Amino acid sequence: MKNVPVLLLIAFLATLTRPAHALNVFACEPEWGALAHELGGDQLNVYTATHALQDVHHIQARPSLIAKARTADLLICTGLGLEDGWLPMILRQAANNAIQPSKPGYFEAGNYVNPLEIPQRIDRSEGDVHARGNPHIHTDPRNILKVATALTQRLTELDPSNATFYQTRGHEFVQRWQAAIMQWETQAAPLKGIAVVTHHNAFPYLASWLGMKVVATLEPNPGVEPTSTHLAKVLTKLQQQPARMVIRTAYDPQRASVWLAERAKIPAVVLPFTVGGSERARNLTSLFDDTLQRLLEALK
Amino acid sequence: MFRHHSLWACALALVCPFPLQAIANDSEELEKIRAEMQQMRASYEARIRSLENQLEQLLKNTQLPEQNMARIEASSARMRNNTLESSRNIFNPSISLILSGLYVNRSQESNDHITGFQTGGEIGPGERGFGLGESELGIYANIDPYFYGGLLLALAPDNSIDIEEAFIQTTALPGGITLKGGRFYSGIGYLNPQHPHMWDFIDSPLVYQAFLGGQYGDDGVQMKWVAPTDLFLEVGLEAGRGRIAGTSGKNKNGSAMGSLFGHIGGDIDTSNSWRAGLSYLHVSPQQRLSDNLDTAGNFVTNQFTGTSRIWVADFVWKWAPHGNMSSTYFKLQGEYLLRRESGTLVYDVDATSLADRYRANQSGWYLQGIYKFMPNWRIGLRYDRLAHGSVDYASNNPVLDFDGYVPQRISWMMDYSPSEFSRLRLQLAHDRSRENTIDNQFFIQYIMSLGAHGAHQY
Repeated sequence: MKNVPVLLLIAFLATLTRPAHALNVFACEPEWGALAHELGGDQLNVYTATHALQDVHHIQARPSLIAKARTADLLICTGLGLEDGWLPMILRQAANNAIQPSKPGYFEAGNYVNPLEIPQRIDRSEGDVHARGNPHIHTDPRNILKVATALTQRLTELDPSNATFYQTRGHEFVQRWQAAIMQWETQAAPLKGIAVVTHHNAFPYLASWLGMKVVATLEPNPGVEPTSTHLAKVLTKLQQQPARMVIRTAYDPQRASVWLAERAKIPAVVLPFTVGGSERARNLTSLFDDTLQRLLEALK
Repeated sequence: MFRHHSLWACALALVCPFPLQAIANDSEELEKIRAEMQQMRASYEARIRSLENQLEQLLKNTQLPEQNMARIEASSARMRNNTLESSRNIFNPSISLILSGLYVNRSQESNDHITGFQTGGEIGPGERGFGLGESELGIYANIDPYFYGGLLLALAPDNSIDIEEAFIQTTALPGGITLKGGRFYSGIGYLNPQHPHMWDFIDSPLVYQAFLGGQYGDDGVQMKWVAPTDLFLEVGLEAGRGRIAGTSGKNKNGSAMGSLFGHIGGDIDTSNSWRAGLSYLHVSPQQRLSDNLDTAGNFVTNQFTGTSRIWVADFVWKWAPHGNMSSTYFKLQGEYLLRRESGTLVYDVDATSLADRYRANQSGWYLQGIYKFMPNWRIGLRYDRLAHGSVDYASNNPVLDFDGYVPQRISWMMDYSPSEFSRLRLQLAHDRSRENTIDNQFFIQYIMSLGAHGAHQY
């Protein structure tokens, strides 16, 4: 027992002199983990803090997350208030100077895109509104392109010795991604102009990209569970303004959308929403492949 | 020019059919008119071309949403920048206000004490009837790139204001170190560092009431170190003035409190996570006042001054399917506390006032489970138990000794949270913390959180 303080001291000193290593990346969401992997390959040691079956609004500052944030060199999160309920606590508890908001090790993807749905009025009576706009930016692949460019730049700043590597990889990704977007857009042409209902308001970017119209959400207000009165209202609305399908993420509870789908006689579609949200969505490309396939199938 | 030409055009149109022939022989005049016409045609063609160009441009714009998008994006980015610039209060600290109110029904009067334990601070669930719980006003912000700080005021129902927290802490030290100074909740145990509005029951565990005066916060300094390991490991040290259980600390150089705590934790798989800890607190309470019943059945206030050593073992385990806590989760938590204290106890400080040696070796624990069985709804069960242990009041033994009584309590709660900012709670408790007394308690409580989105501890 007497040796404990000595051991702790040694362990502490060891941390002060960390050897050069692959950059440790703490990605708040799977899509950014996947993007970091695309851009950095083996030069990055990517840890993804959440997965597709979790609602990223409601994550707890678990000890494992604090431990991972403690050793991270780069933190990649969506921002726009998405992680407000847990990230500040992790940043404070992890005591890692490198990833504090003022540091280059802190990367918010939301800063590099144009957010949709910036509220005119900020009042909690409208649910858990995000003052800086809807944070689910990654459902539009053109946003991923913008974030990829910014992230490549950040990686070269943080790890200049591998700058060429990141630039080459970043360039390759952008080429590949642009081609993929063109292909997806052709493929998704039949989706243009269709009306959809979503569970949470998680898909405005996808809808704006593909030209779909979100006519209703099952949550009466963002973050508030669907109520039977609200669902009845949505159903009445659909009688006047029919929608083609009701969409939810992999983590949304199914009850409300199944209820509506049965009564409105439209298909209920589960979209992977992020990497890992379905069997097929294993990386960013297959995430969009799968998303489009599911939407197009529901249209048949 | 335009008017001039149009006049000419009108004139020509009228004149053309025959008068032109009439003057045709005047070739010089004819030449002049021709030139004028040429000029007019050129001018009209130019105008038409320009109009066509404009039309084409307009058509192009409506056909290519990309271009429009780009323009809209650019203007929205401008707007966004404008909002950021114009909202000066973006630098203001985040302010959160917790409003809470209570209705309490009890089968016993509110003369709270715990049989066989010298306590202090907040004991029992408070007065009967309608009442305000503690409203909390919290103001927190990053001060600059190096410090974070905050203030938490507790507004009590009797119109008094308590400073619960007023601290600064570092954010930019290397090596996983955080230093904190000011007034803050001690990092010992699991429940102690949490804000009371985050607790799953209305009141604190019996053992917290008996040993820590409900919750222990002090004026002092804290150093915390998080190890750079995959398994979460943190170690903390504290020194302070010893403001425990309603006392005001010790007026002396140096510190009257020292603590050491360590926590480890991690994930078992995606659905299960845990944390466990050990803490040690050495504190010297000065004139700690404890309400007790003496062996003759009189209410007395005893005063303790001495040293108190407290050990805490805590654990928490949380389960949620796929780690998604929004619809279902289960949380099991328990803490065991052991307290050894020795010093001087003044029996009935207000009247009889007999001082003598006092020495005690006592312990207690609680175990509680919380189950979120559907979105917005949770139920919970808690069991509290204290062990009287060995207590020696010296010459005060005949009036104070309740050897062998085991205070215990069982509490049940159900709460409903329409959103993450509001919570309504029903709690029932069967409280046997006083010998020969069973207190059946019924509570209704609301806790509402206004303002900044709070980030909560695990």
